[in-house]
Amino acid sequence: MSRFTLRVNGQSHKVDVAPDTPLLWVLRDNLGLVGAKFGCGIGQCAACVVHLGGAPIRSCMMPVSAAASADITTIEGLSADGSHALQKAWCELDVAQCGYCQPGQIMSAAALLAHNPNPSDDDIDDAMAGNICRCATYHRIRAGIHKAAEIMAAAKEVRT
Amino acid sequence: MSAILEAPLGRRSFLKIVTMAGGGLVLGYYVRPEARADAAKADVKNAEGSFAPNAFIRIGPDGTVTVYSARPEVGQGIKTSLPMVVAEELGADWGSVKVVSAQLDPVFGPQFAGGSMSTPMDYAVMRKMGATARTILVEAAAQTWGAPAGECVAAGGMVRHTPSGRSIKFGDLVAKASTLPVPAEDSVKLKDPKNFTLLGSRIGGVDNPKVVTGQPLFGIDQTRPGMVYAVYEKSPVWGARPLSANLDQVRALPGVRDAFIIDRTVPENELTGLVPGVAIVADSTWAAFSARRQLKVQWEEGRFPDSSWDDFARQARELANAAPGANNVTEARRDGDLDKAFAGAARVVEASYSYPFISHANLEPQNCLAHVQGDRAEVWAPTQDPEGARRLASKVLGTAPEKVQVNITRIGGGFGRRLDADPVAEAVAISQRVGLPVKLTWNRTDDLQHDHYRPGGFHFLKGAVDSKGGLSAWRSHHVAFGSNMGADDYPARFVPNYLLLNSKLENGIPQGPWRAPGSNTYAWVVCCFLDELARAAGRDPVEFNLALLGDRDLVPGSGARGRPYNASRMRNVVRQVAEKAGWGKPLSRGKGMGLGYYFCHQGYVAEVAEVTVSPKGELRVDRVVAAVDVGSQIVNLSGAENQVQGAIIDGLSAAWLQELDIRQGRVVQANFDDYTMLRMNDAPRAIEVHFIKTDYPPTGLGEPALPPLAPAVYNAIFAATGKRVRQLPLSRTDLSWS
Ligand code: FES
Ligand code: FES
Repeated sequence: MSRFTLRVNGQSHKVDVAPDTPLLWVLRDNLGLVGAKFGCGIGQCAACVVHLGGAPIRSCMMPVSAAASADITTIEGLSADGSHALQKAWCELDVAQCGYCQPGQIMSAAALLAHNPNPSDDDIDDAMAGNICRCATYHRIRAGIHKAAEIMAAAKEVRT
Repeated sequence: MSAILEAPLGRRSFLKIVTMAGGGLVLGYYVRPEARADAAKADVKNAEGSFAPNAFIRIGPDGTVTVYSARPEVGQGIKTSLPMVVAEELGADWGSVKVVSAQLDPVFGPQFAGGSMSTPMDYAVMRKMGATARTILVEAAAQTWGAPAGECVAAGGMVRHTPSGRSIKFGDLVAKASTLPVPAEDSVKLKDPKNFTLLGSRIGGVDNPKVVTGQPLFGIDQTRPGMVYAVYEKSPVWGARPLSANLDQVRALPGVRDAFIIDRTVPENELTGLVPGVAIVADSTWAAFSARRQLKVQWEEGRFPDSSWDDFARQARELANAAPGANNVTEARRDGDLDKAFAGAARVVEASYSYPFISHANLEPQNCLAHVQGDRAEVWAPTQDPEGARRLASKVLGTAPEKVQVNITRIGGGFGRRLDADPVAEAVAISQRVGLPVKLTWNRTDDLQHDHYRPGGFHFLKGAVDSKGGLSAWRSHHVAFGSNMGADDYPARFVPNYLLLNSKLENGIPQGPWRAPGSNTYAWVVCCFLDELARAAGRDPVEFNLALLGDRDLVPGSGARGRPYNASRMRNVVRQVAEKAGWGKPLSRGKGMGLGYYFCHQGYVAEVAEVTVSPKGELRVDRVVAAVDVGSQIVNLSGAENQVQGAIIDGLSAAWLQELDIRQGRVVQANFDDYTMLRMNDAPRAIEVHFIKTDYPPTGLGEPALPPLAPAVYNAIFAATGKRVRQLPLSRTDLSWS
């Protein structure tokens, strides 16, 4: 066991875990942040996506020892109150079925929108190809990302 | 199934008002006689001020309407749709409706989620519940005003006196309403569906805000104080017992609390409950996962250690050559004179179709949290059948079912897998041994290699068209691993000379329902072969299939329990889908349209797929159009469309990519790298869903939109390329053309 200090959603947490423990299980078992999901454990489904230093990573593949250096954002910290444009769009378009994949979908989509605020269908397909949705809500996820882009653009217009 | 739909409501129900100690009106609806005793007990508890959720509706003095959702939410949207039905009849304001998930309790009646049965079983019940509560509230208002009840209307969370324009909010009527008797059942009037304002609209899932913020909704998210974490290793050859394991070595690993063999099968000789294995209990999920990598188990050989897919296929071919009446060849149906029909045929077509085993691959791996204390247990489980889970857990413990409390969590994908409760049995057995709350988590390999699979199958077909181009004979031999085709399965009853032969292959493979069981493969076999016959007859497939469906309306089933087939509903969806899809429009080479249609789970669905296949053989499904008849009322348009869109893409994923290989008595695939699921870039860009309303009771949508997809795509590929593919999945076949 080793001690690590993690910065998650703006807060510091000390944990004492085996250094090879994937960040996913530290978040879920030690910190009680269960938004990131376990789907495959080998980087194939992206249910476990969180942001590390702003970039999307598969937390099931990232040993905690490698995650202690940068800021971590999970779905619980994407917005204070569920008001991120993607979260709003997801509710408005009723994207989820079972919902299990959706935190990972939203975190992947948030990373896409952060550098490409107006993605095309092809951009979306490329960026989201790592995320499996077993319930096959792909149609609505695509629409949800377009909707979130609109919401963000409208908000920007109001600000400027 | 149809008996339930046709049963008069009154015979299986009674209503009761309970006054809550905290103030408020509770309407209990007890749908099974054996539930009455429990309900009576719950009433006493309420009188003492306990807040046990013993009923579907609760209206608080503040006007909040709480509706209990009794069926597990698997992603089918039931937690939103059934409360909408209650709210519609009640005249509630949807904004002040709070939906609460009920736990397993007899007062709620049947609580499983499977077979697309929740809507057909509960739609009428929920309407009646809402309507009864509304009748009482209206009466309370009428008495308050000294006005006739007939002049009062409930809507938007209040009762209005139409002539005077006065109104009272529901919350202010609660005290009075609680003192009124339950009206006689036949005095409760249901709303005219013409006046529905909520049903048929688009309502977002009630848990969406929690889903998008990562709240702990799912089974795998549950925790208890003092909880430990477990894994359970089973033999890759199904059902084989562990003979020995390096338990001492595993127990010494960091974070490991215990490791032990469980050498039981519950129920005996069955592969879908508790089976023997090795448990590791640790301080964290990762400690348990890590320790498992060091675990070494000697397994007994098992019953079918050498079975393989290739050998099953060989056996199937042998059976196909055997004559009717031979060993393991059963005649399930015979109509007319086949020999004569084939002899006099204008064209005869022979083909064999096959499909592999596939997995449910629920994205949330199987899991369960269980706490056994003495002869009692409490479990938190993502189960589609909480009652079944309770029964199995009680068998494992050797205790009465009442001693097992089941907490139903949200479910990360069901598709039928979670009608079986093997993970519950395992967690209970492990917790019983360690005496602590135990969270059992399967990894993806457990999930793929210990699924209860959608079985593979082989169909050997011979069909004839006569000189007029009509389908005159159909001979089919189904070689199955579990259930065979039924005597009435389509196109039986529509072909004058018809023979169905059935055989079963001996195997030791656990099987279970997978979204639209049976239908999910039969539709593909039947509609593809019909397409072959239509082409052989030189007829347009839509026209050929409409002619086959004939001019009868209700085609009776065989025998007392036979299910009728409503051919006019099917013709209607086939016509509609052809029209909406622009069937028959000219398409360039490499593009094509195909038709699939099927009746299952009381729904009539037809789909047309439009595909592009490049000369190199790359497939793109450009567009899918669906015409769906699930009766008179779509409950939640958003949820209903989501189910159809999802079924279409799920059907495509299975038809295109999914396949388990069996070698040396076990499944070869181990994770999503070798068991491929469809991803967004391969999902159709356009899906159009048309609901066709008919005069029949509303039925479920979880399943019936899936079966037509595979044949629609395969037939479209034929139209595009001239290639007839007769095996699933598509990824096995080179589609290139020149
Ligand atoms: S759980 Fe991390 S990619 Fe699947
Ligand atoms: S909504 Fe169920 S896995 Fe995506």
